Amino acid sequence: MTVSAQVPAPSQPVAAARPRLRWSEMSGLARREAIEGYLFLLPNIVAFFVFLAGPMLAAVYFAFTNYDLTWPPRFTFLENFQVMFSNDLFWQVFGQTFYWAFGMVPATIVLALGLALMINREMRGVLTYRLVYFIPHVTLSVAASIVWLWVYHPEVGFLNLLLSYVGIDGPQWLLNRRTAMPSLILMGWWKSIGFAMLIFLAGLQGIPAELYEAAVMDGANPRQRFWAITVPMLSPAIFFVMVTSIIGAFQGFDVFYLMTRGGPANATTTMVLHIYNNGFLYLKMGFASAMAMVLFATIMLFTLGQWLYARNWVHGFAD
Amino acid sequence: MAVKQETLQPARKLQAVGQDGMSKSGAKRVGDLFTHLILAAGSIVMVGPFAWMLSSSIKTQYEIYKFPPTLIPESIQWINYLVVFEQTALGRYVGNSMFVSLSVTLGVLLTSSLAGYSFSRLNFPGRDKIFLMYLGTMMIPGAILLIPSFVLMRTFNWIDTYYALIVPGVVSAWGTFLMRQFMMSIPRELEDAAYIDGATRLRIYWTVILPVSKPVIATLAIFTFMGVWNELLWPVIILRSPEKFTLPMGLAKFQSRFPNRTPWHLIMAASTLSVLPILFLFMAGQKYYVQGIVTTGLKG
Repeated sequence: MTVSAQVPAPSQPVAAARPRLRWSEMSGLARREAIEGYLFLLPNIVAFFVFLAGPMLAAVYFAFTNYDLTWPPRFTFLENFQVMFSNDLFWQVFGQTFYWAFGMVPATIVLALGLALMINREMRGVLTYRLVYFIPHVTLSVAASIVWLWVYHPEVGFLNLLLSYVGIDGPQWLLNRRTAMPSLILMGWWKSIGFAMLIFLAGLQGIPAELYEAAVMDGANPRQRFWAITVPMLSPAIFFVMVTSIIGAFQGFDVFYLMTRGGPANATTTMVLHIYNNGFLYLKMGFASAMAMVLFATIMLFTLGQWLYARNWVHGFAD
Repeated sequence: MAVKQETLQPARKLQAVGQDGMSKSGAKRVGDLFTHLILAAGSIVMVGPFAWMLSSSIKTQYEIYKFPPTLIPESIQWINYLVVFEQTALGRYVGNSMFVSLSVTLGVLLTSSLAGYSFSRLNFPGRDKIFLMYLGTMMIPGAILLIPSFVLMRTFNWIDTYYALIVPGVVSAWGTFLMRQFMMSIPRELEDAAYIDGATRLRIYWTVILPVSKPVIATLAIFTFMGVWNELLWPVIILRSPEKFTLPMGLAKFQSRFPNRTPWHLIMAASTLSVLPILFLFMAGQKYYVQGIVTTGLKG
């Protein structure tokens, strides 16, 4: 294989290098421009401090307090974390969040990749397929949940009806502790596969045809072309989907809230639902904030890990 | 106007690269057929729930519970759609959601385009550093901010008001990024003429930059609108009065209101109605939607 991917990575417009601006050395005109520059950013800057930076600091502070909204937060140092880490339910919820995230993300990526490769062919109907596979992603999660509640209904549900035709007595899907989470994951695939597919399709179309032509000249077979061209050239897209999907999956809330309320017996309670329950139902704001910190740390750790590992496999991943 | 749109050129039409240089050979035909079979089977799974939703929405309550179920209803009950509007507050929820989604979208378009213009066109100390820092905030998971944001809304006395749903949402780091990337590709010559005429920057932004930025405005508008329209967690935390509920909340409430004899036909009609606006929006703006994904996923 001599086809080393020598294609420039998708270029990002970069501001031309220019001398550093210093306020004292700037002309009146340049100063005016600078002031206007800041003014145009003002809504974003104000919102950054009020709705992001401020709440971030508050979140850290609340995590070390006992706070029920009625009385001002009372500083309790590490108590929330001690209670959390010695609580079986917390570890169960923590584990289930991983179950959900890792049930969702890898399978979605593999399925979406296969789908994108199939749709990226020169044949009729590809636009329709693209639309069909993407629709669930833009569907209201409430509407999707309602339909899937019915699909999984033990007596009148569609799934058990299908199973009954082949003589299987279907389980109670969402009402059974063992099948509830896999059922939700299955639905999650349905809902999220289209988004990943769309990104992969865009990535596939960005691969120059010359690469494949050159590979064919060198006598590479389809499998070699896949591993030596398609995968490396698509790796930035795969990386992007991986990072964003993991971040999103760790924060899953809608389906759990709508379809199972975390049940049965907390078998589908994940971190954000648990934070919601503790904070807004039991008014344990401090405790919920502490849990949010753990979730934050987990997400950051995973993102950072993927980032560090990316240079080993993501094409053109520098800096 | 011959603006070179490097970053936001509509995605190349779906053309497979003729990877084998083969024309419609036998092998290709067989491959196509095989691919069609798999994709069609998958399509049934993807569309199945929608078909069920649609079919159930025009059934009688009696037929809903019939076993085995029918895909094509015996008697088509379009009246379900009327009933759902008359007997529930669905119309109100749709209006509420429309108001909130449109307000946020307009706000995001305004603040993001202003910021994008500033980051891409104006020189000021620390510009690129501020931009990178701002981009970094996209990595902060929203779930972390849930509790402090709620407390903040409470101190503002914004609980159970639309201020809480709209105001924190009218800025977007991602929108700013999208706008900046696009505006960097607008040639400067366009502005120069206006400068010579003595136009102010705000005027140039409004009369020169915004008109040529229509594609990216469409992209950002679609993404923002859909995001707000679908949002569930934040409204659930903020809103208390049922008459203020957004569509997802209203639908969720509707679903849990009948514990015993669930009027599935009405719920399905309401669900169908809730999906339609977003579906139309997506189909109309598919090109721009894809472009947003391309810009973020492949250039970000």
